[in-house]
Amino acid sequence: MPNTSKGTLYRGREGMWSWVAHRITGIAIFFFLLVHVLDTAVVRVSPEAYNAVMSVYKNPIMGAGEAVLVAAIVYHAFNGIRIILIDFWKNGARNQKGMLWGVLVLWAVVMIPFIIRHAMLVFGGH
Amino acid sequence: MATPLKTKISVPRSRDHSISGVKYNRSSSKRNNFEMAAWLYMRISGVLLVVLIFGHLFVNLMMGEGVHRIDFGFVGGKLANPFWQVWDLLLLWLAMLHGTNGMRVIIDDYAEKDGVRFILKVALFLASAFVILLGTLVIFTFDPCPAGADPELLASFCAAP
Repeated sequence: MPNTSKGTLYRGREGMWSWVAHRITGIAIFFFLLVHVLDTAVVRVSPEAYNAVMSVYKNPIMGAGEAVLVAAIVYHAFNGIRIILIDFWKNGARNQKGMLWGVLVLWAVVMIPFIIRHAMLVFGGH
Repeated sequence: MATPLKTKISVPRSRDHSISGVKYNRSSSKRNNFEMAAWLYMRISGVLLVVLIFGHLFVNLMMGEGVHRIDFGFVGGKLANPFWQVWDLLLLWLAMLHGTNGMRVIIDDYAEKDGVRFILKVALFLASAFVILLGTLVIFTFDPCPAGADPELLASFCAAP
């Protein structure tokens, strides 16, 4: 990167890639949200119809999809808090890189127990 | 600044704000703070959504038998409780508006043709309005114990006929 880019938070390296990941996870979560409201709306059709739709979510392939979705949500949530701190905390911009590592550590701390429990539930034996 | 002015990207405006032949369209002449309100909304709703969604995911995926527990009876039990009705209603509105505004910003960033941008935004706003209204309708009109349904499939509080 040329020196002229110094001081820009969102161009290159951690600042940019965290922003790219925030967009991609945001888009994915939005499209899931549209589908999720529609599948929940089937409760107004009949108990049988709703249970049939929900059985789709219970197969292991969808279980893996749920894990990916939760991974995206947890990243988007923690990185969103990092963005708020960058904007509102006076030392936020200076510490953006360190806070990104904090986001990734917290992400792992939440995701590891989640994946273990979710996998146990999806594959039975709960 | 390292970033040169990109004169080729035309932004549709009723009039350009130009000084000495240079367009300064970022300082809009429009007399409203919509973009600042949207920016602020993303941050306020974001904080609330972290709490609401983490709670939603914990109750629906981590407690009990997780995803295997979710069926009509489970949702009936939840949505019969005003606490979860309010929770889900807040989730629906805050998340849909947060997501819709995010998609609006992304469309503005990447769709350079006026017509394409317009069509994408119309599609986005129609889809969002439909989903928000449908979800709201479901939360307020949902009957956990529909007449004539198989009692085996309903929440335990639905009295047997």
